[in-house]
Amino acid sequence: MNRTIALCGAGLAAAVIFPLFASNYFVNIGLLVFFVAFIGQSWNIAGGFAGQTSFGHVVFFGTGAYTSTILQVTYGWNPWLAWLAAMLAGAIVGWMIAVLSFRAGLRGSYFALITLAFAEVFRILANSVPFTRGGLGMLIKADQRPLNFQFRDPIWFYYLALALCVISLLIAWRLTRNRFGARLVAIRENEDAARALGIDVFAEKVKVLTLSGAMCAAGGTFYAQKYLYIDPSIAFGVDKSVEMLLVSMVGGAGTIFGPLIGSVALTVINEVTRGLASVVPALKNVQPLSLVVYGIMLVLIVARLPDGLMGLFRRKPRHA
Amino acid sequence: MLEVRELSKSFGGLKAVDHASLDVRQGEIVGLIGPNGAGKTTLFAAIAGFHAPDAGRVAFEGKDITGWPPHRICSAGMVRTFQITQPFAKISVRENIMVGAYFRTADRKRAEREAEAVAGMVGMAGQLDQMGADLTVAGRKRLELARALATSPRLLLLDEVMAGLNPTEITEIVAVIRAIRDSGVTILLIEHVMQAVTSLAERVYVLNQGRMIADGTPAAIAENPEVVEAYLGHGAAKVLRA
Repeated sequence: MNRTIALCGAGLAAAVIFPLFASNYFVNIGLLVFFVAFIGQSWNIAGGFAGQTSFGHVVFFGTGAYTSTILQVTYGWNPWLAWLAAMLAGAIVGWMIAVLSFRAGLRGSYFALITLAFAEVFRILANSVPFTRGGLGMLIKADQRPLNFQFRDPIWFYYLALALCVISLLIAWRLTRNRFGARLVAIRENEDAARALGIDVFAEKVKVLTLSGAMCAAGGTFYAQKYLYIDPSIAFGVDKSVEMLLVSMVGGAGTIFGPLIGSVALTVINEVTRGLASVVPALKNVQPLSLVVYGIMLVLIVARLPDGLMGLFRRKPRHA
Repeated sequence: MLEVRELSKSFGGLKAVDHASLDVRQGEIVGLIGPNGAGKTTLFAAIAGFHAPDAGRVAFEGKDITGWPPHRICSAGMVRTFQITQPFAKISVRENIMVGAYFRTADRKRAEREAEAVAGMVGMAGQLDQMGADLTVAGRKRLELARALATSPRLLLLDEVMAGLNPTEITEIVAVIRAIRDSGVTILLIEHVMQAVTSLAERVYVLNQGRMIADGTPAAIAENPEVVEAYLGHGAAKVLRA
């Protein structure tokens, strides 16, 4: 326990000092690692802890991104304030999807498919309704002042992503220590037994998806502010859903550090393969080489390490 | 304490439970027996809120709880276990029992103490750190019992906690169940192992093809020709008497 705390402290200190020595390229990579770890954690809380595997988590991401961008661009809101509204919108969409699908009794792969369907519906809507400006996407006017949630130096986005990541780790840590988390795990492990033990399974599942939706939406706004542009396929595209799911599964679904470790692993693979493709001529035509490696890695993890990379660190369960 | 009146439940065309009634009084151990497929588990599920009954009434401590969801019934003070054990596989025995204990308290330390106390009561004090998935059949049955007990029920519905156990294990769990009753918990148990029921229950109900065909003391039930026939087939009572 004490070793874990010491390790976390050292890791955090390293993460804080890192950008002071690193080039912009590495700061941007670090930013991406923490950002993906954060949205991955939002997936992990519902999919890993509570076992409600979603294939369409991007629906919350996009909801957040569009909510804050529309409020800002069309209605002139301050982006920080719009950020809060985005989280609220993410929570509402999470609540709505949870109520609709859990009322209908959807579990497992059916729940996964319905979330995928919701994400697609939102993408198509964003493509066609006027207030999102359809397929043109939305541009946020560059005005690099902290008050505008825009920073000239990427280091501030880096620190913000780090802060989000730390907050999400604390939320996950709380879940391993409190009643809500224990109930989520019970629901994941066996829904009927959980019901018999007095857990209002429906209410708990709605709660966790609401929380997860709010977190993921916060990530959406962060993304929009960093790149100052969103369109329907960026905000609601299936690849972000896969990314969130993948980092959690690779790192270890249902563990505190799973999404962070998965995010580090995937980002490293991404950068290395990109470098490799530009150096090795034979690999030039294998377009996103990283996807090939992801695929192989996922197969290996599912087959050999069902608890993800975190499974390597944990003690083997004792057999008495 | 528990009053079931004329309860019916069908699945498609099959009448799994057909106008069954039973009573459990405070402090009793009551047995519910019957041949395979008699509808015992369905009746249990309907009492505990897992199936909504088609007709009939369930009252617990004077309150009509018919059709309540399981979590409300649990807060009223009645909890069930499963015949096919349902351990939370990937967490420890301690954490398994804590899920039950969390029902009465949100405090982690208290839930943990409670879980350890309950584990002691069912004889699992030495297995607290084992994973749910690593338990033997006997261990799983005890865990079912412990988790349910941790919710501090006043009435415990036990679904075949002895099935699949060897004679030594049965003797042990019979003692545990007695101790639970002596601590003030009323018990209704489904059982297939006849000898266990006779040694535990004060009164026994017999369910056959969804209908309640007899009730009384274990000794009286064993003499009842209708019961013998239900178990051994038509005409068996006459053969046995001859």
